[in-house]
Amino acid sequence: MQITKEQRVDETSAMIDDIEVREDPRASEIVLETRDLDVYYGAFRAVRDVGLRIRANEITAMIGPSGCGKSTVLRCFNRMNDLIESARVEGEVRYHDVDLYGDKIDAVEVRRRIGMVFQKPNPFPKSIFDNVAYGPRVAGQRRGLDDLVERSLQRAALWDEVKDRLKDSALGLSGGQQQRLCIARALAVDPDVLLMDEPCSALDPIATGRIEELMQEIKHDYTIVIVTHNMQQAARVSDRTAFFTAEVNEESDRRTGLLVEYDRTQNIFSNPSDGRTEAYVTGRFG
Amino acid sequence: MKLGTVLPDQTRKDVERRLQRGGIDFGGFVFRLALVSCLVFALLVLLVLVADVFDRGFGVLTDRGLDFLSAPLRTRADEAGIFQSLRGTFWIGVFVVALAFPFGIGAAIYLEEYAPDNRLTRLIDVNIRNLAGVPSVVYGILGFSIFVKAADGFFPGSVGDHAGKTTAAAGVTLAVLVLPIVIITSAEAIRAVPREIREASYGVGATQWDTIRTNVLPYAAPGILTGTLLSLARALGEAAPLILVGAVQGRLGSRTGFFEPEQLSEQFTAMPITITDWATKPANSGFVENTAAAIIVLLVVVLLANAVAILLRNRFENKRAGR
Ligand SMILES: Nc1ncnc2c1ncn2[C@@H]1O[C@H](COP(=O)(O)OP(=O)(O)OP(=O)(O)O)[C@@H](O)[C@H]1O
Ligand SMILES: [Mg+2]
Repeated sequence: MQITKEQRVDETSAMIDDIEVREDPRASEIVLETRDLDVYYGAFRAVRDVGLRIRANEITAMIGPSGCGKSTVLRCFNRMNDLIESARVEGEVRYHDVDLYGDKIDAVEVRRRIGMVFQKPNPFPKSIFDNVAYGPRVAGQRRGLDDLVERSLQRAALWDEVKDRLKDSALGLSGGQQQRLCIARALAVDPDVLLMDEPCSALDPIATGRIEELMQEIKHDYTIVIVTHNMQQAARVSDRTAFFTAEVNEESDRRTGLLVEYDRTQNIFSNPSDGRTEAYVTGRFG
Repeated sequence: MKLGTVLPDQTRKDVERRLQRGGIDFGGFVFRLALVSCLVFALLVLLVLVADVFDRGFGVLTDRGLDFLSAPLRTRADEAGIFQSLRGTFWIGVFVVALAFPFGIGAAIYLEEYAPDNRLTRLIDVNIRNLAGVPSVVYGILGFSIFVKAADGFFPGSVGDHAGKTTAAAGVTLAVLVLPIVIITSAEAIRAVPREIREASYGVGATQWDTIRTNVLPYAAPGILTGTLLSLARALGEAAPLILVGAVQGRLGSRTGFFEPEQLSEQFTAMPITITDWATKPANSGFVENTAAAIIVLLVVVLLANAVAILLRNRFENKRAGR
């Protein structure tokens, strides 16, 4: 039987409604929402039909096997995919109900509100201070940078380690410090949402712990979406979890990613409703 | 079990014996020898050339000192200097720096950062590469048929046969000659900027221009610098296109001073031209020594440009590496 686009929409929204019913009515406002999101790299459809609702002041985790399109979806949230020439986005990505891919939307403004921390720490080859001050500076801020840099570094739990060497190059920091610096840099522009793509994958357990603590501390002011391969991490830090997987489908021989299940983290890990989710979180798959 | 039956020290000996290399790696040794001889040969040829030039020309420089640099071109070897040639070479360098650098780097930035990745862009890219391989005489013909004519119209004072065959025309010709090299090397340096750095910049809300200005260009600076200054050295050593643009061989008036821009609208010569001219004079005329001395001067000029390039590059690289 042919499944039309509308039917799929219905299914997706039915799934979302399902979750709504089960959750408490005081659930916070929806910050980011995708509807029927498809992302292509050239002719290859990397992910299909993603419907997600991300709520304010929550930590949402995205898990799933490698290549299932977690990064791809995450990068749609701040239009980072614009930098990849072959990438094409279909469907809707809404931020406070505004279509991020609308005609008049400026990707630069989007990224000022929706910040990103990358898998590999990527400090600029500049001083620690200049790294953190970079975002505010390109936004035109000239005054109060000292305070802002201090506050951001404090929030990222890095201040005490670097306060005497702000003028030193950021490349002299350890990997874990560099990643916290990147978080401070993202926080310095005071975004609304923080997207984190496997932020701890290059870090030791201590640095990972610090970043997880940090996420808990700042989630009252921000909305956080984190991609992780670390199941315990997702279970520890997140309020909701989205499980993606990749499957072969009729239109290409490469595997296309899709959202299997999205629910409160507790449910995903203890009582998943989809067999694929259960297999993955119990380690029998991927 | 196997482990239990073998005594520990026997195992250690065994392992040691296996880990120690047996015999010499003959093939590797021959290969290394071949590579070293390639290097020695290349260096030797260079060394002999330089030694020969110094042997002939150094005397002239020590005997006459600054006089050799400041004396005008003359027919008597012991009076002749290279004033006009140095002046011409200097102004050609000015043109290359003022025209080829900004236009070349600008074009590279556009091609790498802004141009859409389509067939037209790729066609342009390939053709710039081809242009870099075009023989320099061809640029001389271009200079003669376009820039000399243009200079003729631009500087109405000059008349007769020499009209338009000016320093300005020569400078523009050589700037155009090295333009493709500047574009290619700059584009390569820009392309080598890691994606992570761009993403980090865009990720905190920087515009494309912010990203290019504050991250891409500083990161690419060492590469751009090396490429551009090497192209300057190339321009300063070119003779063939200058001959076509009307460089004067032999006598040339020296009315204008070294740094006076009036020079631009006048006839010119340059170091490579003077060197080729003097090199064809009779063996006992004294010009053989002068030729060698002029070569030394040109070498020093080019080496200075390279030294500046290396110094600046190291500074940028240190900054980039956070030292
Ligand atoms: N720039 C790109 N060009 C072409 N294909 C890409 C590009 N980036 C990702 N893909 C493809 O899209 C699919 C999803 O990739 P993505 O990086 O989003 O996966 P992921 O879930 O983040 O994987 P991982 O857990 O390994 O990071 C993969 O098949 C990948 O090969
Ligand atoms: Mg990824």
